[in-house]
Amino acid sequence: MDFQLTDEQRALKDGTRELLAGRFGRDRLRAAVEDPAPDRALWRELGAAGFFALRLPEADGGVGLGLPEAVLVLEEAGRALLPGPLVACQLLAGVVDGVAAGERIVGLCDGAREPALWEHPGGCDELIFVEGEGGRRGGSTGGPAGGAGEGAQGRTGGAYRSAPDQVSCAPFASVDPLTPLARVLDLPHAEPVAVDMPRLRREAALLTAAQQLGSAVRTVEMAAGYAREREQFGAPIGSFQAVKQLCAQMLVRAEMARSAVYAAAVTERALDITGAKLLADEAAVRNARDCLQVHGGMGFTWEADVHLHLKRAWWHAERWETAGEAEELLAAGLIA
Amino acid sequence: MDLGCTPEEEDFRARLRRWLGEVLPHLPAPPAATDWPGRRAYDTAWQRMLYDAGYAGLHWPRDAGGQGATPAQHLIFLEETERAGAPYVGANFVGLLHAGPTLAAEGTAGQRARWLPPILRGEEIWCQGFSEPDAGSDLAALRTRAVRDGDAYVISGSKIWTSHAEVADWCELLVRTDPDAPRHRGISWLAMPMDAPGVTVRPLRTLAGSAEFAEVFLDEVRVPVANRVGAENDGWRVTMVTLSFERGTAFVGEVVACRRVLGALARAARANGRWDDAVLRRRLGRLSAEFTALWWLTQWNVSEAMRGPGRGGQRGGGVPGTGGSVFKLRYSHARQELYDTAAEVLGAGALDVEHAWVADRLSSLSYTIAAGTSQIQQNIVAERILGLPKGR
Ligand SMILES: Cc1cc2nc3c(=O)[nH]c(=O)nc-3n(C[C@H](O)[C@H](O)[C@H](O)COP(=O)(O)OP(=O)(O)OC[C@H]3O[C@@H](n4cnc5c(N)ncnc54)[C@H](O)[C@@H]3O)c2cc1C
Repeated sequence: MDFQLTDEQRALKDGTRELLAGRFGRDRLRAAVEDPAPDRALWRELGAAGFFALRLPEADGGVGLGLPEAVLVLEEAGRALLPGPLVACQLLAGVVDGVAAGERIVGLCDGAREPALWEHPGGCDELIFVEGEGGRRGGSTGGPAGGAGEGAQGRTGGAYRSAPDQVSCAPFASVDPLTPLARVLDLPHAEPVAVDMPRLRREAALLTAAQQLGSAVRTVEMAAGYAREREQFGAPIGSFQAVKQLCAQMLVRAEMARSAVYAAAVTERALDITGAKLLADEAAVRNARDCLQVHGGMGFTWEADVHLHLKRAWWHAERWETAGEAEELLAAGLIA
Repeated sequence: MDLGCTPEEEDFRARLRRWLGEVLPHLPAPPAATDWPGRRAYDTAWQRMLYDAGYAGLHWPRDAGGQGATPAQHLIFLEETERAGAPYVGANFVGLLHAGPTLAAEGTAGQRARWLPPILRGEEIWCQGFSEPDAGSDLAALRTRAVRDGDAYVISGSKIWTSHAEVADWCELLVRTDPDAPRHRGISWLAMPMDAPGVTVRPLRTLAGSAEFAEVFLDEVRVPVANRVGAENDGWRVTMVTLSFERGTAFVGEVVACRRVLGALARAARANGRWDDAVLRRRLGRLSAEFTALWWLTQWNVSEAMRGPGRGGQRGGGVPGTGGSVFKLRYSHARQELYDTAAEVLGAGALDVEHAWVADRLSSLSYTIAAGTSQIQQNIVAERILGLPKGR
């Protein structure tokens, strides 16, 4: 047992951070708020650096690394608030041509949720739609029952690929300015893709959790940095215990999430991933709120980056496994 | 990142499991909480059994009488003993979990040879004389005086909240050896025999009803200068080593116990119908994630400490860092939430003070106070990890 990053893992993480700092710094981030479409040039650069092909075998032109490494790079992406369907591109790099190299961008829509949301609908070359257990849920208000709807109880739903213009969508006003969303109403089930669905869901949850971890770590740094500089009553606000306590609790949340996310990447066990998603969601959301609090009135402005972390964290918390679902699964695990 | 076990480690687990399976069924029931001589006898007998079987001081360095085991083996030991329901360290807590490790890290060869073997064999019990009536969180405000007289210190003052003082043979004692020096600089760390003339122990009753800790009065107690660990007036540095063991590693085994209790709680809730309450279920589910993560965090902290330099620059045996404060902050609250949830499962049964979960609920109230309060740990995390300015 040596539960610390290896030198190679640390180099990968640091390298990703440097690459993103150089190519997606504060100015790019703020520009992306105005135009959040994935930056194709950056995407290709990430592809060339092996960002998406990380887990593909070397024989297939990949880097041949594992889930822990994917978690580390997505943590950095979450830290930088990089927009785009990153998890989808990580998971489908070997499935959809051109994704591994960063040439094409693929989205992933979870049909188990109502509404079924598609991130970056304008920025994807293709959409993979995954049904929930027992086929597509839907019903009268959901509308899009499609061909594989009710009555197919008990079977694991399928995954289908579609060109963007084949997908019927309704507009959806995303709370996260960096993540445009559309509501998927219906899509053709013509072209099934062979993916291991339970595994896809698990890994999607874990990689989303990794982004949440990165955001949680970043907001602690932002809060502590601001608390060291900002003065009131003739002293840095960080010397006041009420502020210290907010910051210390942020660090505790981030470190709990880190332990859980990294360990789940190593064990790959379903319940470990569920626990990791729960703690990472909470760390990202609550740290962003506390960071906002530490920033005072400045924190409530559009100018400060804090709200971008909070809004992204809300979006990620709604994806793949929500707190309620995770807690129920974990409770069931106690008596299994 | 590696959470796996080598074949040797798996082998170690299997051997330990077999041994526990053989000895535990023959162990007598633990004595009542109020029976101090009984508890001492019970705890030390268990330590002796561990010693004879080669499991004492597992992760201590070999030159400190330990087994020099890997951190993984140590964690396997904690996991397996807890899983099997083996006795808790009890009265051996201070000796095994922080006085011993401090002596191993900071003591001279002679001091290690004198004090460590009896701790490992369960022959001598240690207590911690740090806190004073006016020096709790502000430990450096301690006033107990030690005046040099030939080859001895003559000590007067008093200590408070000294756990297990009634049955202890030795006390890791902080004294002020230079009253004129700045407060952190005039302190020394001594090993004081509890049977020395002038030592009076007065039990204090805890809110749980037992006499878990005591006041210790020191009236011109003579302690040989040779019992000082570290240089004279350099005791604050040694104290930091002790506290880092106390906060960093002393509680980690309990996380496993909490996970066991959590499973038992879920089964009890299913049996009595409380399981149908989704709010309760979700609380249990969340705690499951928390205790699992705390166990990973432990492995993270232990791995980090083992990578750091140990005594004499050798790898391993590293002193745990401030990560221990992060762990203790979350663990102490999670433990309280666990037993509050137990009370919800028990309903009116939570008013029965003899129920094990109720007794544990009461004792869990001390976790956010003892070994540094949560407020102090937050200050440590904010100042030493996040670099926030010191407050006034
Ligand atoms: C069960 C138990 C066992 C113990 N065993 C031992 C033992 O064996 N040996 C030993 O030496 N001691 C022992 N202690 C003592 C323990 O270490 C102290 O109680 C603890 O350090 C707090 O000190 P205090 O009780 O003086 O509280 P105080 O320091 O008076 O604190 C009172 C309150 O003020 C807060 N506070 C104080 N200073 C600050 C600050 N700077 N910033 C923010 N908040 C602050 C505290 O968090 C707390 O809420 C034990 C305590 C308990 C409860």
